[in-house]
Amino acid sequence: MNVNRILKRAAQEIKPGQMINLGIGLPTMLIEHLPDDLDVLIQSENGILGSWKKTDRAHADPFLIDAGGSYVTTRPGSCFFDSSVSFAMIRRGKLDLTLIGAFEVDELGGLANWKIPGRFSPGIGGAMELAQKTKRVVVLCSHNDKHGNSKILRKCQLPLTASACVDRIITDKAVMDVTKKGLLLREISEDISLIELQTVTDAQLMVSKQLKRF
Amino acid sequence: MNKRQTIEEAIAKITSGSTIMVGGFGCPGTPFTLIDELLRQGQKDLTLIKNDANENSIGIAKLIDNFQVKKLITTHVGLNRKVIEMMNQGEIEIEFHPQGILAEKIRTAGAGSYGFLSDIGLDTEITDVEDIIEWQGKQLKIESAINADFALIHAAHADYYGNLIYRASAINFSPLMAMAAEHVIVETPNFVSPGELKPESVHTPCAFISSIVVLDKLSEQYDLLEHHFER
Repeated sequence: MNVNRILKRAAQEIKPGQMINLGIGLPTMLIEHLPDDLDVLIQSENGILGSWKKTDRAHADPFLIDAGGSYVTTRPGSCFFDSSVSFAMIRRGKLDLTLIGAFEVDELGGLANWKIPGRFSPGIGGAMELAQKTKRVVVLCSHNDKHGNSKILRKCQLPLTASACVDRIITDKAVMDVTKKGLLLREISEDISLIELQTVTDAQLMVSKQLKRF
Repeated sequence: MNKRQTIEEAIAKITSGSTIMVGGFGCPGTPFTLIDELLRQGQKDLTLIKNDANENSIGIAKLIDNFQVKKLITTHVGLNRKVIEMMNQGEIEIEFHPQGILAEKIRTAGAGSYGFLSDIGLDTEITDVEDIIEWQGKQLKIESAINADFALIHAAHADYYGNLIYRASAINFSPLMAMAAEHVIVETPNFVSPGELKPESVHTPCAFISSIVVLDKLSEQYDLLEHHFER
């Protein structure tokens, strides 16, 4: 999987003035790709508004991590709060954008990312509330799992995190928007043809008239 | 109103079968020293309530590894593969809640109420249809408050009365748990006299605090985790 292609594309989703939550894994890695003068506030659900990049041993504070467990810095104007306040912020719809990982995502905007029964069930964490209540939800994930199976499905098979919550999906192969009629392919990777993309994708793709390469 | 106790006295109040809230999100806020004393005293059949299961061999993972924990009420255990494996093998019962719902369940108990209504996860497997009611024209889920017999809390500063200040991201669940548990045991490396904490800076008012354990210094468990810099 081309992680950098996903991160580079995902960085374009972030607009000045936004309050943003970045999920564990790929989304959190995105912070390192953002310019230091970008006027955004990153919310980390463990209780930080204004969380910023990872820091080194010399500057790390053992009592200051982000929700993914990395030692981070904070930006001027940041604040700390307890977990009930953190999720009040989330459930009240104050966040503009959530970038979140997925085990599966479907053409109805359904997201599954907390439980693979009997195998790997890390738990819900903040995902249900973020997926259900953030103004815009963008999924970042590999297009296919390590066995080649499509993670972009007609319908999620794993237990749902939330139904009809995803606005956009960015993978190493494509950028797709969830619309009322299904998935609209907006951008396709330089490394793959349209026919190849459809064969590695379980969901049906409608192709944008302004299809771009990325 | 002296609440200061030795760590042995404070933890000895906990009996086997107790329900215990444990502060912390990852390491920050985890009361490592109180947990180690609970490990030493060996109370069993505990139900723990904590955001996560810490990481392998750290914090409450030690209690789980020592088979002192029969049930964990939590939100996410993704950083502890061993606990996921124990869950898969049926060696520990794990109850997952959405993180903010768990926080609110604890906050609600701490505020002396019994539950609240929510629209989170309504059409997912975490919702039992029996818990759904119609209220003001909406389908909503009844979420019950969660209380506990004990809470174990790490505070950056505590005064003689038990007024608490937490540090940075170590706040997380601690002020909520301090309100919700019957008996609240606090560990702190900075124990001060009345008047030394600025009243407007206090996060948890002393009314909720039962026991204060003073740490001479923070052990190396509170230091940076080296492996977090290698990722």
